[in-house]
Amino acid sequence: MFACLHGNGNLTALAFEFSPVVEQTAPDTVTLDASGLDRLWGLPQDVAAAMARRAAEIRLKANIALAPNPDAAICAARGFTGVSIVPQGDEAKFLGPLPLAWLAPSPELLETLESWGIRRFRDLAALPPLGIAERLGPEGLRLRELARGEAERKLVPLEAPLEFEDQIELEYPVDLLEPLAFLLARLLNGLSARLATRALATDELRLRLKLENRTTHERTLRLPVPSLDTKAFLKLWQLDLAAHPPEAPIVHIWMGMNPVKPQAAQAGLFIPLAPEPVKLELTLARIQAIVGEGRVGSPELIDTHHPEKGTDAFFSPPAKNASVPFLVLRRFRPARAARVALASGQPGFIAAENIRGKVLEFAGPWRTSGDWWTTNPWARDEWDIALSDGALYRIYCEPRGWFVEGSYD
Amino acid sequence: MSAAALKKQFESMLGASRPSLELAPSGIPEIGLPRGCLTEIIGPASSGRTSLLVSLLAAATAREEVCALVDAEDSFDPVSAAAAGVHLPRLLWVRCSHNAEHALKAADLLIQGGGFGLVAMDLGDTPPRNAHRISLTSWFRLRRGVEHTPTVLVTVARQSNARTCASLVLECARERVVWSGARGTSQLLRGMRVRARSKTCSPVFTATAI
Repeated sequence: MFACLHGNGNLTALAFEFSPVVEQTAPDTVTLDASGLDRLWGLPQDVAAAMARRAAEIRLKANIALAPNPDAAICAARGFTGVSIVPQGDEAKFLGPLPLAWLAPSPELLETLESWGIRRFRDLAALPPLGIAERLGPEGLRLRELARGEAERKLVPLEAPLEFEDQIELEYPVDLLEPLAFLLARLLNGLSARLATRALATDELRLRLKLENRTTHERTLRLPVPSLDTKAFLKLWQLDLAAHPPEAPIVHIWMGMNPVKPQAAQAGLFIPLAPEPVKLELTLARIQAIVGEGRVGSPELIDTHHPEKGTDAFFSPPAKNASVPFLVLRRFRPARAARVALASGQPGFIAAENIRGKVLEFAGPWRTSGDWWTTNPWARDEWDIALSDGALYRIYCEPRGWFVEGSYD
Repeated sequence: MSAAALKKQFESMLGASRPSLELAPSGIPEIGLPRGCLTEIIGPASSGRTSLLVSLLAAATAREEVCALVDAEDSFDPVSAAAAGVHLPRLLWVRCSHNAEHALKAADLLIQGGGFGLVAMDLGDTPPRNAHRISLTSWFRLRRGVEHTPTVLVTVARQSNARTCASLVLECARERVVWSGARGTSQLLRGMRVRARSKTCSPVFTATAI
């Protein structure tokens, strides 16, 4: 038994609700293998009624036809409005009144048939096959089979959209992370197994928790490389939910995974060892849970000369030869406010938190300014100083006062 | 029997079969850091220990190794590091907001995670009292974690904290500061001459500011 849906809208989605074998026959026509549906709904009329009901629910206008073969179902769906059931053995009689144009013959053949006075399915079906073969060739025979509802063929199935989602409706609200971890593990294992059977991995995991207070808590995990490591996924969810806990007990869990091809790169024999990406992600998540968000990552240089703009990103002078050690600055974050005694306009004595001493040597002032074209301009005078406590510091003076920026070490 | 005599006897028993440690270049001649071991770089403020650490990071990132810097006091300066040749995208920077305990935990996690060429823990501005509170067991755990791996574990501090857990201690001392120009008018900080002492060698290097 085959069914055909002919109309407008998302017919494919409707067809997949009833059968896994679906053919997109035309943009407005979808054919599906309906064998076995009788066990669920009973008679073909009941199957067709179930489809019509579902189409009405999702506001889809479509002609529905059930027939013993796909082409008879297609002809019936295209030719008759509403629900049609083509009876087994009476296909030719049922399809008889339909015009030949539904079979979409070539213009020359249609013209020939019309000149013979053959305009409907029943006219063509009544002709002897030998005579048609002699006069019209294979195309004529094929049209006769279609007109009689006897054409047999296999469907060209459409691949079902790959969706890796799962959900659990909870009987009791869950408000602790530990019992939630068991449920998450169940979802993760199921989804990962489904991905593995299709030789896929995931690079993004989505979690949607419906809460008791009727709100939704959504989280997304993005992985640096595709993976199927369920233990790592579970630990990442635990760390993420510990850092961003839902505000009320959970009543429903939905999880989705983005399917992608797994990474198939082999590390070179002579390439230095690097951390395994998923393991590194887990390590970073664990460290982030200790030191706080935004405090783990690679430093990045931004295009500004302001020494304090941003906390971890600065404009850089061109790099020196790595073989020559460079005198580096240890920054005080935040810069330490200082009291400075001047001698002849230059720093003579400094007192700040844990820093106190006479200035023995100094270089400066180095005057810098910037952002004068914005509402937050800045300007400062910098000195490099050697203090009597034995250390070298960088100090600066700005309208707010004096500060020790850091020590050279 | 003294510890030194015991050590000598033990080493003579091992003889030539004792495997030699693989040394990672530091970017400074004569200084190589053993892989799979804990190395301490110690010294007071402005003694050149951070310059030595950054030189290590620059050399390691130049070899395309991934490095991690656990910064207990948020004192790392990316500008200086980039200027010194550190390839910043290959450096993982963990800022611990003045918390040595967090730094210790983060370093432990990084070592357990594996895959890093160099893991550095900077306790350079941590008050000695706080750094001394880190138990010997914690240092031992770090040492065991890095053992038999190609990772170089380095700590920077004012004084030695790891004691017997450290395979190498480099003590930095500033020899002199190099200034140029006339004092008070056109003086310029040119760099710093540093001596790094260990039990086997005491090389001298100059960290240049310009």
